[in-house]
Amino acid sequence: MVESRPLLTLFSHGVLILGAAVLFLPLWVAFVASTLSAPDFNQIPMPLLPGGHFWENYTTVLTQGVKSSGGLPVGPMMLNSLIMALTIAIGKIAISLLSAYAIVYFRFPMRKLIFWIIFATLMLPVEVRILPTYKVAADLGLLNSYTGLTLPLIASATATFLFRQHFLTVPEELLEAARLDGAGPWRFFRDILLPLSRTNIAALFVILFIYGWNQYLWPLLVTTDPAYSTIVIGIQRMVTVADATPQWHLVMATAVLALLPPVVVVVLMQRLFVKGLVETEK
Amino acid sequence: MEKRVTFRNLLVPYLLVAAQLAVTLVFFIWPAAQAVRQSVISEDAFGLSQHFVWLDNFKRLFGDPLYLHSIEISLLFSAAVAGISMATGLLFATAADRVLRGAALYKTMLVWPYALAPAIAGVLWLLLFNPTIGILAYALHRLGYGWNQLLNGNDAMVLIIVAAAWKQVSYNFLFFLAGLQAIPRSLVEAAAIDGARPLKRFWTIVFPLLSPTSFFLLVVNLVYAFFDTFGLVHATTEGGPAQATAILVFKVYRDGVIGLDLGGSAAQSVVLMVIVGLLTVVQFRFIEKRVVY
Repeated sequence: MVESRPLLTLFSHGVLILGAAVLFLPLWVAFVASTLSAPDFNQIPMPLLPGGHFWENYTTVLTQGVKSSGGLPVGPMMLNSLIMALTIAIGKIAISLLSAYAIVYFRFPMRKLIFWIIFATLMLPVEVRILPTYKVAADLGLLNSYTGLTLPLIASATATFLFRQHFLTVPEELLEAARLDGAGPWRFFRDILLPLSRTNIAALFVILFIYGWNQYLWPLLVTTDPAYSTIVIGIQRMVTVADATPQWHLVMATAVLALLPPVVVVVLMQRLFVKGLVETEK
Repeated sequence: MEKRVTFRNLLVPYLLVAAQLAVTLVFFIWPAAQAVRQSVISEDAFGLSQHFVWLDNFKRLFGDPLYLHSIEISLLFSAAVAGISMATGLLFATAADRVLRGAALYKTMLVWPYALAPAIAGVLWLLLFNPTIGILAYALHRLGYGWNQLLNGNDAMVLIIVAAAWKQVSYNFLFFLAGLQAIPRSLVEAAAIDGARPLKRFWTIVFPLLSPTSFFLLVVNLVYAFFDTFGLVHATTEGGPAQATAILVFKVYRDGVIGLDLGGSAAQSVVLMVIVGLLTVVQFRFIEKRVVY
């Protein structure tokens, strides 16, 4: 703040409070809807204060699901989402650490070419190669499996770049010293590079967990068997049931369950989240 | 920038990159090459015969009024999402840069929507805008506007724009705030001493200095609006009513996966590849200039 302008500061607080409220409104309404009973929705407009069916609705969706959309319980879907998010996050970090290590600390033929091939994945999101990728997954027998859900998403140019960038800032003396002490590539990686990359790994993990949890198009394509359905896909099936109006109290309970894990991760690990967000965009 | 000291080993580096390279080649490069190949051949329904047709698929695509319509609404959608979410993000960031008390709490309250999947964001707004029970639809009815996104294409478009922009405000807020905090205080102070009032200072000093951040965010927001919003459209409007919200990523999915038009869908894929390729190149060109090691 350059000078004291109480009115302007007050106005700033006003903007922020109003902004926070506007951003919060959809979440509040969803939460309220998830605590109502079906007949409560006969009121027009719907009530804006929570009702008394919180436990009932959440237990229903977690264990039985929504009857009109096939009655699949949301509990297993959340487990699928968790498996997918964790596998993608850990897998991306692991293979990116290794390939960034190779690209920075080794000189080998085709190094530049491999770097550019990894770079090219940035320009090839699933959306631009839907059918051929689906065909590859089908030919490899990966449809309706956890491998099919995660493996094709595990290559990551951004994570590789982030680690490359980070490795480049590690002082050269460390490798010289390690080599004098007789450390081989694996030992240097494990005892020196990995501990130095801890915060980067954590920040990236936060971002990638959210990325994995929120996947949509790929799970939609490769999982037709409801046993592998993730919660984000499950909710789409609930909303678009053809012959009945969506049961909003149950749909919204599912929506709250679907958004809770990533939101909790962002709020609790805000510092890491911001770091990860800023660094992966460089 | 390169390391001077490296390991000398010919086998290990290949083992290290093997996993990344295998996944990249099998699930990215090969399918992309297939899409390009299919976009210039014509195949019969049983896949028994195929022949090279040059750019016929593309000619057909750009002669199709539905596809041209899809391009048009995608541009409108992306411009609206980028414009709204960036303007709002900048407003919040400017306010947050000014306050001292409660800054951390405000930040938390403004960043959480980033964590939502676009599809979930869409579902939340679907409830608010539900023609019978939604409170926003109700408010609009009271104001004399008969909102119904199931029948009116413009209403459906507004719904997906609002939901997509709402989720993206957090992102723009964070980057604008970082940009604002990087502006040297001395510049703003000097202007204040010369008698420039806050609004004048904002437009003549702060806003121009933010232009690198704004440009970067514009590209990122366009990529987001073009490619990350498939789930949002699929879970809410499904491209309807009457194709009013069938943006490019949704159309390539529907024509390919549901309509099974291989050549047409492949040609659409190639068009999207060109778009994302251009945006990525622009983004990296710009970042190369900006980042100082």
